[in-house]
Amino acid sequence: MKPKILVLTCTYCSYAGADMAGVSKIQYPPSAYIVRLICSGREEALFALEALREGFDGVLFTGCHIPYDCHFISGNFKARARVALLKKLLSQLGIEDSRVRLEWISASEGDKFAKVVFEFTRELEEMGSLPKFRKISELGVEEHD
Amino acid sequence: MPRVGVYVCHCGKNIAGVLDVKRIVREVAKEEDVVVCKDYPFMCSSEGQRLIAEDIRRHNLDRIVVAACSPRTHEPIFQEALKRAGLSPFFLEMANIRDQCSWVHEHEKELATDKAIRLVKAAVAKARLLEEIRVEKISVKQSVLVIGGGVAGITAALDVAKAGFKVYLVEKNSSIGGHMAQLDKTFPTLDCSICILGPLMVEVATHPNITLLTYSEVIEVEGYVGNFKVKILKKARKVDETKCTGCLLCMEKCPTRVPSEFDRGLGERKSIYVPFPQAVPRVPVIDTEHCLYFTKGVCRLCEKICPVKAINYEQEDEIIEIEVGAIIVATGYEEYDPRKVPEYGYGMFTEVITGLQLERLASSFGPTRGKILVPGKNKEPQRVAILACTGSRDEKNLPYCCRVGCMNALKHAWYIKHSIPGATIYVIAPDVRSFGKGYEEFYRRIRSEGVILIKGRASEVHRSPEGCLGVYVYDPSLDEVLVLKVDLVVLEMGLVPNPASEKIRDVLKLSKSTDGFFLEVHPKLRPVETSIEGVFICGCAQSPKDIPDTVAQASSAAMKAVELLAKGYVESVPYVVSVDEETCSGCGICVSVCEFNAIEIVEKNDRRVAKVNTALCKGCGSCAAACPSGAIEQAHFTREQVLAMIKALAR
Ligand SMILES: Cc1cc2nc3c(=O)[nH]c(=O)nc-3n(C[C@H](O)[C@H](O)[C@H](O)COP(=O)(O)OP(=O)(O)OC[C@H]3O[C@@H](n4cnc5c(N)ncnc54)[C@H](O)[C@@H]3O)c2cc1C
Repeated sequence: MKPKILVLTCTYCSYAGADMAGVSKIQYPPSAYIVRLICSGREEALFALEALREGFDGVLFTGCHIPYDCHFISGNFKARARVALLKKLLSQLGIEDSRVRLEWISASEGDKFAKVVFEFTRELEEMGSLPKFRKISELGVEEHD
Repeated sequence: MPRVGVYVCHCGKNIAGVLDVKRIVREVAKEEDVVVCKDYPFMCSSEGQRLIAEDIRRHNLDRIVVAACSPRTHEPIFQEALKRAGLSPFFLEMANIRDQCSWVHEHEKELATDKAIRLVKAAVAKARLLEEIRVEKISVKQSVLVIGGGVAGITAALDVAKAGFKVYLVEKNSSIGGHMAQLDKTFPTLDCSICILGPLMVEVATHPNITLLTYSEVIEVEGYVGNFKVKILKKARKVDETKCTGCLLCMEKCPTRVPSEFDRGLGERKSIYVPFPQAVPRVPVIDTEHCLYFTKGVCRLCEKICPVKAINYEQEDEIIEIEVGAIIVATGYEEYDPRKVPEYGYGMFTEVITGLQLERLASSFGPTRGKILVPGKNKEPQRVAILACTGSRDEKNLPYCCRVGCMNALKHAWYIKHSIPGATIYVIAPDVRSFGKGYEEFYRRIRSEGVILIKGRASEVHRSPEGCLGVYVYDPSLDEVLVLKVDLVVLEMGLVPNPASEKIRDVLKLSKSTDGFFLEVHPKLRPVETSIEGVFICGCAQSPKDIPDTVAQASSAAMKAVELLAKGYVESVPYVVSVDEETCSGCGICVSVCEFNAIEIVEKNDRRVAKVNTALCKGCGSCAAACPSGAIEQAHFTREQVLAMIKALAR
């Protein structure tokens, strides 16, 4: 089984880029799943955390190229800042921060979309699967109040 | 309980040839709230749409999932189908099992089907949570902005104006006309270029519906389809357009000489000038970088000679603000820089020129009054090599075809043949692409006139010991490297987007294709629309093309703009955000991330809460993602909906 990847896309660039991979029949592993949002500015950290908890091995944030391609001016910058913080949070939680990745993919870059999915898949394969998340209560640690 | 209907499209073999459609239907039918689950060969056909409408009525469906192709192209079609059946169009969710599944996993049918099942289940999970969205009708401003005054912009402007709408045509140069004004004749018919373009230029200037803004640039665009607010910088001409009669006495008297851009550096102009005699408007500009008064504070001859006192050295740049419903981008092309193909010696040998330079030499209002003379030698060339496809179809330079170079090479051979009858002419081309109407006939005609065609690409241009140039070319039919001794080399350069289009791209946020030209929504079916609604592209701004294709596309863009204006309204952004005032802490982070000033913090019942102005909200959802208390939700992309999708995909 290939590592499972959640791909968060914006509508104008990266989702269109993924469509372009389709139109051009550029193949990539069927273990990447796209969830479309309107703008990369909407790509929430919570979505990535939930995805990892639910069993995805990695989360790919995507958007329009910086600096000027975002149709909402600066959604891509917001995504970039958010991913940087999310990476910190993951390392604090003891999770490899490379399980989240950020890429700029334009509407014409179908080849890049496929390439990124391949690369990320390989990296995640090397990392191995993510240990299952458990609730604190399941760990047998005494809770303080 | 929602009642969901799911429709899985075969798209002929595009989907069903890879995915096991029946298995998808079986699996998805088991999902909670799914009342109907069917497959059909072509969901977007009228039969397919009728199927959905019938089921909506018969089974009281209130949420529809269509598993087919991309919502980018087909969501509007299915939304209409829902509307016709009396259901809100926002109760539709699409699963893209073609572009993002069957097409990209062709060799892994089982896994691809598993993926498709998850994609459809995720769409169902979201559909179950979809909520009603109200959109408002917003009226469309009854005017169009056209950017670029080449033959594309001219055609589009005239078409829109003739349909009865107001047009603002903005051209950065001091005259409209674009590259077509520089051409001597046009293939394949060899009509005189300015003779067919000139009347259109005059019509633009005199049409009551057109406001022509030359020497102007678009610097800011705000708003959205139907209601764009545009700021235009009208640069100071230093000549009062309302007074000037176009007598051009000033130009005659001006003592300075500057290389002429219009003549591609082969001729000269004055510091106060119109670029060419047929310029529209026929109002000169002062080039303040070279004018003696502006550089040294002396002269003022033009001011003295002007009979109507139109010279105004104090005139300043102006900012003009307009409102338009649609924008047509027609910023055209530029020749690829010949210095980037250094092996042909452009810039090193004056006898190496580009295609556009030859056009200026051949033109009766060019620097040599139509006599083809070798630059720097002032002699007629007796031997000429024309290199088609320079820089084009070349991985090191431009990978794509310029679509005019082959025909230009033939046309240019004709120019020389007819102005210097005894001349020997070589056309060197990897192959001659004569694809257009009348082009093959033109090719035969030129061949029959004694032009020597060599299949291949020149490798180098050298100064030969005799003083002329030597063009090295491998001729595959002779299996030999030929050295052609010539007096003039013409480079038919590839075409690139006009560098000034980059500014327009930034201002409008347009996407470009990998070749750098503006990207259309669909290369076949929506060739003039862009991802920004209400913004259309045409001519060489979209891709290199000849005049017939440019004009056809310009009319098409005009039609699209007219369609929007004639309809009269657009619908408001549906996916706006809303604030749950109970959970909002009034921290104001949302205010700081909003680029559109759509959120403010207000006092309400002694609490500070965020308030959204939906008329300004563009629906990006950045604030929803940034809100630390989760108090902001974006319609159609709520946290709950997205998380439900992620859960379904993870299963
Ligand atoms: C050497 C040569 C010979 C040719 N001969 C023929 C021929 O014989 N027959 C034929 O069919 N085709 C011919 N062509 C092709 C022809 O030139 C094009 O098809 C045509 O000119 C394209 O028109 P356009 O309006 O799209 O672009 P352009 O002619 O490039 O016009 C674009 C206009 O937009 C303006 N502009 C650019 N950016 C901005 C901005 N930011 N703001 C405001 N204005 C801006 C430019 O100043 C220009 O006026 C030839 C091309 C070359 C290179």
